[in-house]
Amino acid sequence: MSKHDLVIVGGGPAGLSAAYEAYKEGIRDIVIIERDSFLGGILNQCIHNGFGLHRFKEELTGPEYASRYIDMVKTTSAIIKSDSMVLHVTDNKEVHYVNKDEGYQIIEAKAVILAMGCRERTRGAISIPGTRASGVFTAGACQKYVNMDGYLVGKRIVILGSGDIGLIMARRMTLEGCKVLAVVELMPYSNGLNRNVVQCLNDFNIPLYLSHTVTDLIGKNRVEKVIVSKVDENRKPIKGTEMEFECDTLLLSVGLIPENELSKEAGVELDRRTNGPVVYENMETSIPGIFACGNVLHVHDLVDNVSLEASKAGKSAAKYILSKKELSNDYINLVNGNEVSYTCPQKIRKDNVDDVIEVFFRVRSVMKNKRILVKSNGEVISKVMRLHLAPGEMESVKITKEQLSTCSDTIEISVEED
Amino acid sequence: MKKLICITCPRGCHLEIDEETLDVKGNACPRGKEYGINEITNPKRTITSTVKIVGAEINRLPVKTDKPIAKSLMFDVMKELDKICVSHPITRGTVIISNVLGSDVNIIACRDL
Amino acid sequence: MKYDVLIIGAGIVGSSIAFELSKYNLKVAVVEKENDVSLGTTKANSGIVHAGYDPRPGTIMTRLNVLGNKMYEELAPKLNVHYKKIGSLVIGRNDKDKALIEELYRRGIENGVPELSIIDKDEIKKIEPNLNEDITVALLAKSAAVVSPWEMCLALMENAVRNGVKLHLNNEVKEIKKENDCFIIKTDKNTFESQYVINAAGLYSDKINSLVTGRDDFSIVPIKGEYYLLDKGQGKTVNHVIFQTPNELGKGVLVSQTVHGNLIVGPNASFDLKDKNDVSVTQEALDYIRKASALSCSNINFRDNIRNFSGVRATISKFDDFIIGESDSVKGFINFAGIKSPGLTCGPAFGIEAKEILEKSGLVFTKKDDFILVPLPKFFNEMSKEEIDMKIKENPLYGRIICRCETVSEGQIVDALHRPIVVPSIDAIKRRTNAGMGRCQGGFCGPKVLEIIKRELNLEPTEIMQDKEGSNIVLNYTKGGVKDE
Repeated sequence: MSKHDLVIVGGGPAGLSAAYEAYKEGIRDIVIIERDSFLGGILNQCIHNGFGLHRFKEELTGPEYASRYIDMVKTTSAIIKSDSMVLHVTDNKEVHYVNKDEGYQIIEAKAVILAMGCRERTRGAISIPGTRASGVFTAGACQKYVNMDGYLVGKRIVILGSGDIGLIMARRMTLEGCKVLAVVELMPYSNGLNRNVVQCLNDFNIPLYLSHTVTDLIGKNRVEKVIVSKVDENRKPIKGTEMEFECDTLLLSVGLIPENELSKEAGVELDRRTNGPVVYENMETSIPGIFACGNVLHVHDLVDNVSLEASKAGKSAAKYILSKKELSNDYINLVNGNEVSYTCPQKIRKDNVDDVIEVFFRVRSVMKNKRILVKSNGEVISKVMRLHLAPGEMESVKITKEQLSTCSDTIEISVEED
Repeated sequence: MKKLICITCPRGCHLEIDEETLDVKGNACPRGKEYGINEITNPKRTITSTVKIVGAEINRLPVKTDKPIAKSLMFDVMKELDKICVSHPITRGTVIISNVLGSDVNIIACRDL
Repeated sequence: MKYDVLIIGAGIVGSSIAFELSKYNLKVAVVEKENDVSLGTTKANSGIVHAGYDPRPGTIMTRLNVLGNKMYEELAPKLNVHYKKIGSLVIGRNDKDKALIEELYRRGIENGVPELSIIDKDEIKKIEPNLNEDITVALLAKSAAVVSPWEMCLALMENAVRNGVKLHLNNEVKEIKKENDCFIIKTDKNTFESQYVINAAGLYSDKINSLVTGRDDFSIVPIKGEYYLLDKGQGKTVNHVIFQTPNELGKGVLVSQTVHGNLIVGPNASFDLKDKNDVSVTQEALDYIRKASALSCSNINFRDNIRNFSGVRATISKFDDFIIGESDSVKGFINFAGIKSPGLTCGPAFGIEAKEILEKSGLVFTKKDDFILVPLPKFFNEMSKEEIDMKIKENPLYGRIICRCETVSEGQIVDALHRPIVVPSIDAIKRRTNAGMGRCQGGFCGPKVLEIIKRELNLEPTEIMQDKEGSNIVLNYTKGGVKDE
């Protein structure tokens, strides 16, 4: 058993940013444990551009964005253990991991940052009927095969899900010489950015079927056809609207789930709305000294926000390690108001907020010209206008320390008519 | 009047452009105006893709155009990329093809490999 | 070479027979049309070792069920096949159910089933707190168990091969002739000669019988059963295999922990299949299963589903027993046909049965001195810290985790590719190591497993299958489709 100040589980964008920030705040004894052979996580396979507009004020590809952070972390004293898998994290902050060189190791850490990222929802999660033919891939698995391994997994492709990953893969496969026959979306709107609908679908005349879903999959050994049906307002397929697409591949871009098996085992309290840990204003989980950030906490749409959130976790972990001060148990609960599906953080300890706290949240539907209200005890403490709101685009509001001082018990964030 | 969605940033402004006078409406910033005019006169895109690499830990090196290139050249650029095979080691920013297809656009590596 | 015995089919029946015969000085071959063992009915069922109160007393089925159940308890640990004796409950909510449960109890006693009892609501609540409130009576059979069917099949066949049995995968039988007391068996690839032929062809056992006897003595009716497989978080929903008595929704579906700790819910029963290979899943069946399972336990979280699958049972209509025995018209031809549920339970007993039939028919059995039995390797996530450390020291590949959901190391995958039965498919690796069995369903590890298979077997990526032949994953290289270098 060895001892280290800070152990970061995961060397993707969240883990890297957290490590860099913790170092800046004075922590020197940092270990990053990464399961893959490279740092940078999933960014390595996201070779498209559009990353970093907020963080670096320029448009970067995924590998470029990752490289910037890898370079930054390399200037620190953080120890990087790649090809190393964390098997357990305990509630007293023991981190168990294995790798080829060291075998089974246990680190006793003063603080732990959970930054394991998320995984893709699969065919099973949405129970698509049909045969078990090969040729059904999650968009991410296909992305890895194509962008890193150099393998083409299909030639005629249907994509279910029009989130950004689905749209990006439609363009990517088209550029590689495949025919993308359709992008199918259950909802009446695309969950991806408008710019991606334009430059990934419209540029290549790829049809987008809104309010449709895949209702059957045909093929003995490899996919031969998929059946797509229109859905009603309750998202149930309408009989008689079936369309048949002859294809060899179905790509699924049907959502991401924070990967919290380690958090669960450690006993960290989870939020059913985000599928991630419940955290305080400083990204600390229900277990003191265990922090969480990035997609393991809640699924982000922009990596820039992951970096920002992770730097907060890194800073907080540093503060936790360096100060002996116990934090008070007094906190305010953040709750969903009208049209809000979750908030992050979920709890705020007033005395632990310096000047201002930024609360991230998602809305339930696409809306225009609405007001975001922050309320406590029925009193509006802050309001802001939004021209456009969508479930696929994370929103945030800032609450100042001064505004917080007037709040008690709960704060509700809601979307109201202008 | 041509209706477009601006792709310059994630905001995605809905633009209306007069095809004769090149008058742009609906843009929230000057970059939107520039995009609108370009999209009518000479639409351009940044291309991101890969090339073969040997001797590295993975089989493909991510690359991109260092600035947007004429949209009409997209598939021709892809064909040029098919012809390339680089060797490890490569550093980020290395020019893989200069002035691809006679444009003033370079193909550059996106990571160290 | 002329074989003494040729077995058609490498499911649980064929594998069990091959295993038993491999203990003796005999020349034995197995021909299988698929690219791996267990790919028919064996791999897609509930994975239950039944207690034996169900079948009609006096049948072959009953005899082999009770014997098989006993054999599992000893054999599974020896082979290191995942097996858990968790017991089963048949639950009831009214007098009609109660009468049926009492009838099953009586039948169980007559069949020689040990550890059977009828329990009341209080006891049910104690051992199964998540079952619905209206359940008032249950038949508890402590000898019922859950098992990994494909592991059992693999362990039996692997050891058969280690002891000299020749396994010919990818060989579909096309023609069988008998000449001068010798069968000549032609597959799509080879010709074999054998003194005896054992028909363990599962869904196709009727066809094989007809090829030999020239008669349609029986016909196999495929009945499809569909399932939900839920994430391990749901595995603890129930502690026993929970069966229903027939109810208003039909024959009833079961809810059970699997031997790997998941929750399995199903099956329905679909008749009138056009194709014996139809292992598709339908919306109607899934809707039915959710509804029917709610009669046992209404708080199953189907949002945690990780996979749906279906399997096809080989039944003979209006016949409640197996067809097992030497053909009355063609000597040396032995049927093991119509092996539906509880076929998996009977598994280990089929070998014993086959030996007896062959002996009676005149085949001479002498024991091998050098019979060896090698268990399946232990899973990484079942090893202690010290065992893991040791394993990694011996072979560093055990320190690289490939499947994060099930904690499967590269060492295990490489080992699976160098055991007696090597199959270049991702699902074959899944069946051998559990890689890809978890919640991400191979999304993360699939590409890595493919690379390992490619490296270890020196194959092109296009030659590696997802499962059966034809289930390609990679169709070409990018960048012009030319191989690198």
